[in-house]
Amino acid sequence: MADLSSTFVGIKSPNPFWLASAPPTDKAYNVERAFKAGWGGVVWKTLGEEGPPVVNVNGPRYGAIWGADRRLLGLNNIELITDRDLYVNLREIKQVKKNWPDRALVVSLMVPCVEEAWKAILPLVEETEADGIELNFGCPHGMSERGMGAAVGQVPEYVEMVVRWCKANTRMPVITKLTPNISDIRKPARAAHAGGTDAVSLINTINSITGVNLDTFSPEPMIDGKGTHGGYCGPAVKPIAMNMVAEIARDPETAGLPISGIGGITTWRDAAEFMALGAGNVQVCTAAMTYGFKVVQEMIAGLEAWMDAKGHRTLSDVVGRATPNVTDWQYLNLNYVAKAKINQDLCIKCGRCHIACEDTSHQAITALVDGARHFEVMEEECVGCNLCVNVCPVENCITMEPLAAGALDKRTGEVVKPVYANWTTHPNNPSAQVAAE
Amino acid sequence: MATGLFKEGIASGRLPAAQVADNFADLHPRLDRHEAVVEADRCYFCYDAPCMQACPTSIDIPLFIRQIATGNPLGSAKTILEQNILGGMCARVCPTETLCEEVCVREVAEGKPVQIGRLQRYATDVAMAQDKQFFPRAAPTGKKVAVVGAGPAGLACAHRLAVKGHDVTIYEAKPKSGGLNEYGIAAYKAVDGFAQAEVDYILAVGGITVKNGQAMGRDFTLSSLAETYDAVFLGMGLAGVNALGGEGEEASGVSNAVDFIAELRQASDLTSLPVGRRVVVLGGGMTAVDAAVQAKLLGAEEVTICYRRGKESMNASTYEQDLAAANGVTIRHWMQPKRIVGVNGATVGIELEYTTVADGRLVGTGETVTLAADQVFKAIGQSFDAAPLNGSGPKIALERGRIKVDADGRTSMGKVWAGGDCVADAREDLTVAAVAAGRDAAESMHRVLVTA
Repeated sequence: MADLSSTFVGIKSPNPFWLASAPPTDKAYNVERAFKAGWGGVVWKTLGEEGPPVVNVNGPRYGAIWGADRRLLGLNNIELITDRDLYVNLREIKQVKKNWPDRALVVSLMVPCVEEAWKAILPLVEETEADGIELNFGCPHGMSERGMGAAVGQVPEYVEMVVRWCKANTRMPVITKLTPNISDIRKPARAAHAGGTDAVSLINTINSITGVNLDTFSPEPMIDGKGTHGGYCGPAVKPIAMNMVAEIARDPETAGLPISGIGGITTWRDAAEFMALGAGNVQVCTAAMTYGFKVVQEMIAGLEAWMDAKGHRTLSDVVGRATPNVTDWQYLNLNYVAKAKINQDLCIKCGRCHIACEDTSHQAITALVDGARHFEVMEEECVGCNLCVNVCPVENCITMEPLAAGALDKRTGEVVKPVYANWTTHPNNPSAQVAAE
Repeated sequence: MATGLFKEGIASGRLPAAQVADNFADLHPRLDRHEAVVEADRCYFCYDAPCMQACPTSIDIPLFIRQIATGNPLGSAKTILEQNILGGMCARVCPTETLCEEVCVREVAEGKPVQIGRLQRYATDVAMAQDKQFFPRAAPTGKKVAVVGAGPAGLACAHRLAVKGHDVTIYEAKPKSGGLNEYGIAAYKAVDGFAQAEVDYILAVGGITVKNGQAMGRDFTLSSLAETYDAVFLGMGLAGVNALGGEGEEASGVSNAVDFIAELRQASDLTSLPVGRRVVVLGGGMTAVDAAVQAKLLGAEEVTICYRRGKESMNASTYEQDLAAANGVTIRHWMQPKRIVGVNGATVGIELEYTTVADGRLVGTGETVTLAADQVFKAIGQSFDAAPLNGSGPKIALERGRIKVDADGRTSMGKVWAGGDCVADAREDLTVAAVAAGRDAAESMHRVLVTA
């Protein structure tokens, strides 16, 4: 039986599934329910500095996009950090940690970008015996207009500075949560690393407008006719988040820096993919907000079953296994040739592969053969682009079949070479390097 | 004396009114908006879609379904109605399981086709509820066309002609328009007066005058129409009913299934409609099923369909056969009527002979069986009554007993087109095929009228 127990920057939890800092972790009531349901840890919703609590809008805080049957694919929110009193939160954190000593309890923090503010709050959190802190450098709305959240996360120098303050003023592990609203995620990650962070977590939410009301011409979510960009999350952001995790995991400057993966994780498979790309654990929010805390039970059982089936004993057998396979385009093997192949027994003759290829790609799939409706790949035209695979509604009906070395590529008329060769040495590349003698 | 269900003979009031109302409720309740969107999302938007090719009116099915999925039901209705102005009724009565839905790739893949018929009904219902007209009339051409028969073929023809700017007069023998939609299909397929609502919707295009109670050969002649109008379309359907040719057919209790269905459709109170305690329906088509199921729903205790060939030869679709079975109708195969058993002129039973195929021909085996029956419905086919044609004007060529037409729907008589069940090449006598024939004849007439 696979062992799902997790140790992330020294913080132990029975499984790698934490709830991200967000509405589900705003108070003891929710967190207690989450732990009862089986979550391995939580990052308590972001605390701000002492004083009058923040104020939220009194209209919609969320917007969404949906797929078939109103399956929620993407969620956006304009909620701010906790609007509860600091000391109420701290008291509850302390009590919950006492009640659940085996679970991870990390506290998310966001205070003004001055060292005194951080110096003031860190001891208060330490006193709760929470396991660590997460610096909220990602919140993209509201707080960023006040010089916090993403306003810090978008400036690597500020990131490094605040991390340094925190490391100097607390014994607790520091996790730095990054905003994706930046052109190169490696820059703030390197800054956090330079400041001494114990880990990064990513992604926070993406600036977004989920829709426009075409009767009132108001963006959604709409407050009295107006809207503002919210933070986008949920299944739709997963590919973006995974790329950012991989970029940090394979960056030589930050290699080995622990990563807590966040972004659209809904099933065990999503979690396994994030971990394979280098995340030491994962944080979840939208899936819980959509289906309730019970979803973690599927995640635990699914991850366990997959690890057992593949013979992975512990999480360390999985974490980072895909990282070395993430590379730059220029290093992809140009001698690898694949052709689409349609399994005629599985084909239901919808013709989507044909029309996609015919209208938008390489005219490599038939529609009629001998007067009959028949869809088949013409190898002499197929560039192996995979579009037909992606639009086919039947799983595994169309597959990409690599040509073996020595086989004839009917499109180019050339024989597939047995050696790896990439763009850096390609004759068409004006900057091709001369191969070493 | 037994009452209700167990009254002997043919009697009304077998079931309480509430039960009858429930029995005759909508066969397929309409999809609500969310159900329609979810179902529409199942459509793969196939290339050169097989469903579209299977539709006799060639409705662009993937497009209308996508318009539903994207929240544009009116646009969807327009896509449907521009090919088939009776798209609302066809959505209800088409045997989709042998047309569009049979070839849906999801039927092929998983045995669960996209519910094209129900989606079509959803979109057309939205348009009709708003009385949204999509096809403004072209400038008047000054041409006048007569249409004989206000059934699906005649209405489709008249509508298309009206849109083209011609003035149309429809002559209809029955008091109401709609043809078989009004008189000839089961009540639960077109509830809430849908047939008349659709007629009104079609006529709202303008330029169409309907003269009800006008029968050809009785109130006017074909030659008079040909003299008065620039063109004539014949869409009068099938007026004749095939006879049994068996002994005792004249007994009371023996009647035509189409008459029973028509009477039922026109009844203001179904509980007042008499039906036998034991009913036998002879035939294997949709009419047989419609009559049998409705007899059962009125409270007949035993209803049996007797068909002279095997299940695979029945014209009623598998779906219709299953519907009959689900309603408690027994379907028996390989038996043909031999004699009505009467007592004092009233039917008490029917003697049938078993059949088999020998040397490629259907023959009786000599063995017989007698079923108790108070009422026998004949649903062994309808025939074209040519008398009103031939007696009133120049002879129109017939073929296999129906009107002969060319690919454009033109008859052998100048200025006269025909379509629907009354023509020789009528495809399976389907409503949707009649609509296609009427529409296409209108296009042909228009081409001639504007060049004349």
